[in-house]
Amino acid sequence: MKTRMSPMAKKEELYFYLFISPWIIGFLVFTAGPILASLFFSFCNYDVVTPPNWIGLQNYKRLFSDPLFWQSLKVTSYFSLISVPLGIILSLIIALLLNQNIKGLTWFRTIYYMPSVISGVAVALLWMWIFNPEFGILNFLLWELFRIHGPAWLMSEEWVVPALIIMSFWGIGGDIVIYLAGLQGIPTELYEAAEIDGANSFNKFLNITIPMMSPVLLFTLIMGIIGSFQVFTQAYVMTRGGPHYASLFYVLYIYQNAFQFFSMGYASALSWILFIIILALTFMIFKSSPLWVYYESTRER
Amino acid sequence: MHLLQGKRRREILVKSFVYVVLIVTSIVILIPIFWMLSTSLKEDSEVYLFPPEWIPKRFYFSNFNRALTFIPFGRYFINTSVITFATMIGSLLSSSIVAYGFARLRARGRDLLFMIVLSTMMIPSQITMIPVFVLFKLLNWTDTFKPLIIPNFFGEAFFIFLLRQFYMTIPIELDDAAKIDGCSYLGIFSRIILPLTKPALATVAIFSFMWSWNDFMGPLIYLNSREKLTLSLALSRFTGMYGMTAWNLLMAASLVVALPCFILFFFAQRYFIQGIVVTGLKG
Repeated sequence: MKTRMSPMAKKEELYFYLFISPWIIGFLVFTAGPILASLFFSFCNYDVVTPPNWIGLQNYKRLFSDPLFWQSLKVTSYFSLISVPLGIILSLIIALLLNQNIKGLTWFRTIYYMPSVISGVAVALLWMWIFNPEFGILNFLLWELFRIHGPAWLMSEEWVVPALIIMSFWGIGGDIVIYLAGLQGIPTELYEAAEIDGANSFNKFLNITIPMMSPVLLFTLIMGIIGSFQVFTQAYVMTRGGPHYASLFYVLYIYQNAFQFFSMGYASALSWILFIIILALTFMIFKSSPLWVYYESTRER
Repeated sequence: MHLLQGKRRREILVKSFVYVVLIVTSIVILIPIFWMLSTSLKEDSEVYLFPPEWIPKRFYFSNFNRALTFIPFGRYFINTSVITFATMIGSLLSSSIVAYGFARLRARGRDLLFMIVLSTMMIPSQITMIPVFVLFKLLNWTDTFKPLIIPNFFGEAFFIFLLRQFYMTIPIELDDAAKIDGCSYLGIFSRIILPLTKPALATVAIFSFMWSWNDFMGPLIYLNSREKLTLSLALSRFTGMYGMTAWNLLMAASLVVALPCFILFFFAQRYFIQGIVVTGLKG
């Protein structure tokens, strides 16, 4: 059945599309179009100077036999698998502590968030200096406090990724702020009711805090994973992927192929694989979310 | 009586534990920043002392001068400022008007389109990076600031979402009343919605500033000429130029580059928190 629209409604609709037109144009020119173009390039040999030439699936075939592709995938997954969950746990713990009615809350929050304000190259340089095996502050503290001889960090194939993981914890302030706001939003009646029923702190945490926080945890988990697969600046500035490819992050490898070797076709194939990985991970997390994410509107289930 | 005292004692113990953990982690967070500051004030040879000194014997403020004259810092500061402010203006204009459409005007396909806006937040920028580069290359825009500025005039999903959330909190009756008085949609937007959402606009301005100021990959891909670099890009090349040794100068330069962000954070902290919280909780 077709409903006729009033002239007023028609005008409103026209204005809607007028107002959002910048986004529509931007979406077509800078997102949708390039995604399709990137798919096309991924089937081509393309160096920007000469026109792209169709080579079918060759880029994808090459990819599977390219040890550096597998290496970059390994490095990135390793980083992601440890830095994301540990980062979430650490920020949740700190947010829980901050939520204990403490004095100086805003001071603590300011301190935890401060590193997130200076991002990018300045942070990368600072941590290069911190990780300096001989004169850096980290190995000095490890020796002073624990009598441990610290590793060579960024110069060690074994320790370079752990070093970058440690560095990533310096930037968890954003998650702490989100979790703290989430915790403050949980109605106190829920806890009071549980106390009357004789629940202890652990019960309350498991049965109230975690379910109430689960949508926020879902959001930060997805954004964290997407972010961790896009690590670039640290790798480019601090290690250039070394030593011996031990920190060859996926996006760094895309960058090298595209803008240093000018293999735009191969780089496009790499970026499509990244796109598919991120889509698949996001999809899997969303699919699993009914199992562990609690939404108030679906309480009856 | 005894039971009550035991409970109180336990509470005090827990509370002290909470403070200890929070203070220790705060110190851990602050050490790198302190170390940065301390290194930047050290004399050249003092940098390589072992065990390192927490506070330099003498403060060499001249390091800042040396670091900033070694590279054409003024030039790079202007470049970065031009890109950052143009980006801010673009983001504010486009995202606020698009968000108004999504928040207030009814139309077929609106919800679907908004879902697309949200899903673009999850698309890695690397997938579009190469074709967009090719596009700008065809336009002969490489090695100019245009590729870093122009795309921001077409709305950014994160900002559209953020502003829409704020617009939704304004009572629709205000719009209706204005409409009856003969106010156009553009009039409602500019005279009612915009003035009422200044804090949200401040949040957008701040995040846009931070991202653009700290952006590295964009300038790295598009800018080549020596006189067109941004601060981030210049800083990353600084390491090569000085042969990785002058950590005091490197830290001094890093501090100066980070300074605007620090200042902004201390004066506008509430907008930062607001921006993070809105996206985190309602996302």
